[in-house]
Amino acid sequence: MANVQTNEAPRPTLPKDERVKELHRLHKALIRPELGATCGTIAVFVFFMVLAGGTQMFALEGVMNWSTVSAQFVVLAVGVCLLMIAGEFDLSLGSMVGFSGMIFALLVMKLGIPVWAGILLTMMLCASLGMINGWLVIRTGLPSFIVTLAFLFILRGATIWSAITFNRQPVVSGVGEVAAGDPIAWLFGGEAFTGLFQWLGQQGIIATFTKGTRMGQPVVSGIPMLIIWAIVFVLVGQWVLTRTRFGNWIFAAGGDPEAARYVGVPVARVKILMFMVAALCAAFLGIEQVIEFGSAASDRGIMKEFEAIICVVIGGALLTGGYGSVVGAALGAIIFGVVQQGLFFTNVESSLFRVFLGSILLAAVLANTYVRRMITGEK
Amino acid sequence: MAARILEMVDIRKQFGHIIALSGVSFDVQAGECHCLLGDNGAGKSTLIKTMSGVHVPSQGEIRVGGQAAHFTTPRDAMAAGIATVYQDLAMIPLMSVARNFWMGREPQKGIWPFRRFDLETADAITMQEMRHMGINLREPSQAVGTLSGGERQTVAIARAVYFGAKVLILDEPTSALGVRQTANVLTTIDYVRKKGIGVVFITHNVRHALAVGDRFTVLNRGKTLGTADRGHISAEELQNLMAGGQELAQLEASLGGTV
Ligand SMILES: Nc1ncnc2c1ncn2[C@@H]1O[C@H](COP(=O)(O)OP(=O)(O)O)[C@@H](O)[C@H]1O
Ligand SMILES: [Mg+2]
Repeated sequence: MANVQTNEAPRPTLPKDERVKELHRLHKALIRPELGATCGTIAVFVFFMVLAGGTQMFALEGVMNWSTVSAQFVVLAVGVCLLMIAGEFDLSLGSMVGFSGMIFALLVMKLGIPVWAGILLTMMLCASLGMINGWLVIRTGLPSFIVTLAFLFILRGATIWSAITFNRQPVVSGVGEVAAGDPIAWLFGGEAFTGLFQWLGQQGIIATFTKGTRMGQPVVSGIPMLIIWAIVFVLVGQWVLTRTRFGNWIFAAGGDPEAARYVGVPVARVKILMFMVAALCAAFLGIEQVIEFGSAASDRGIMKEFEAIICVVIGGALLTGGYGSVVGAALGAIIFGVVQQGLFFTNVESSLFRVFLGSILLAAVLANTYVRRMITGEK
Repeated sequence: MAARILEMVDIRKQFGHIIALSGVSFDVQAGECHCLLGDNGAGKSTLIKTMSGVHVPSQGEIRVGGQAAHFTTPRDAMAAGIATVYQDLAMIPLMSVARNFWMGREPQKGIWPFRRFDLETADAITMQEMRHMGINLREPSQAVGTLSGGERQTVAIARAVYFGAKVLILDEPTSALGVRQTANVLTTIDYVRKKGIGVVFITHNVRHALAVGDRFTVLNRGKTLGTADRGHISAEELQNLMAGGQELAQLEASLGGTV
């Protein structure tokens, strides 16, 4: 198919347009999607190092605390980021977090299904729901905003209804004990490198309990699996997005679906798959929280869809699709986690967190619009 | 006379009651630039969309290399070597030149699950092909948005040529461009034609057509009066055919020949 021409005289180069400015190096660095989030992350860390330097925030225990919270944001943000770059939104993801956790807990506690099978079934159900979301958006041509807004309510309602109907209360508990002996539950709720932390404790390198039943044990007994997963999600997501053919199709599907379809990119398939990936990220988070806390609550995940979108936008993605970065979204999630927990450590009124969120979202959108103009040359 | 790569025989196309094409014949030869002229609404886009598989003709036959062909999707036409560059659908501005160039046909390397987009090869070939077309990119990762309108068209043309197009259809590539960029696109058309590709150049600008065209077909209200060779038709005649007869000639007389 490709005809490589080697022995051919190139056409004489057109005279250079002297008005097209050579781009400055700094300018070029500026138009990377992650730049804003990188600066933001540094600023946030400097800010809290100064403000909360005297607290436990940057002791090992504190670090684990805000890292875990950040990791929760990261897991969802990766899925939302890929979906947004493909040009779509999913407002039902927060409800999906609650829904998946509830379905999982009911399967395990009420039907007595083994935990591993419950995880698998829940994942499959949520992936199908993502597929339905995507299929509806593609088939109807309606904005994903409105289609998934419907699912925000449908899934939340279904979650509360199923909890009340099958369990007589909005919380299903006792999952922790059931999950304890399961072959794969530790992948969600467990900790990694516990041996290493034990050894570090014995060597006196990290703090240990000095009294009580766990005396001699390290205060931080390992790295929560969620953090490991978050790192894996980011690495895989970024690799697929920037280094594979499919990643090119994600950008193309969001950048200009018509142009992409015309050159043979299966736009509908790409978009539906991204809806499924985002739904799976939400289900992952939902199940993880149930195993970690030992219970499912029907109000879990409220507002998560918006928080994830904010992370992704801070990470440099455009609301219009076609541009963004998984690493950027992860940095956005870290900013989120650090600020939320940092305000807690510094005893600042936590409602200020929302003020901060709104402000940083506005700043990020303005910055992204500017970046877009620089790339596309629009006025 | 050179081989006819693509022939459209007595093509009719109706959209409901609207007859967009009422029996148009048109053909493309290797290495020529065949200009398709006509006023807005004449049916130019409809004709080339039947050539490129977007529309199925209501009646008539399409022949590729003498054989009857039935295109039901743009993919069919592309597989037969017919590539179309639509002005508004050519490129995705936020993506790099290399990523646009290879979109849908990305070269891959490595074995599954580590199979990946071979960016080094893609970048190198993109730079080389763009140099052939007379565009020196700063770097292959440069966003298409930083290119001028004419350069974007050129990238799309280079892409079609590289992937083995035998017929290249350009739908009004110069209509939104300034003088300088138009000149660039016309130079590119000339270059592509010399490689033995048949170019279909759609325009409503007679001067642009005469600058590069080998043959000229004028569409008027879904009909054509035939095809003229270079040197056998003047700008005035083309202009009049496009306007469908006398009105413009009279108008022109009263305007002192400035249209
Ligand atoms: N998809 C369509 N449905 C109905 N009418 C159409 C469609 N496409 C084109 N037409 C009509 O066919 C005629 C020719 O249009 P077109 O081929 O776009 O003209 P041109 O490209 O020469 O300006 C116009 O009257 C237009 O309204
Ligand atoms: Mg047209």
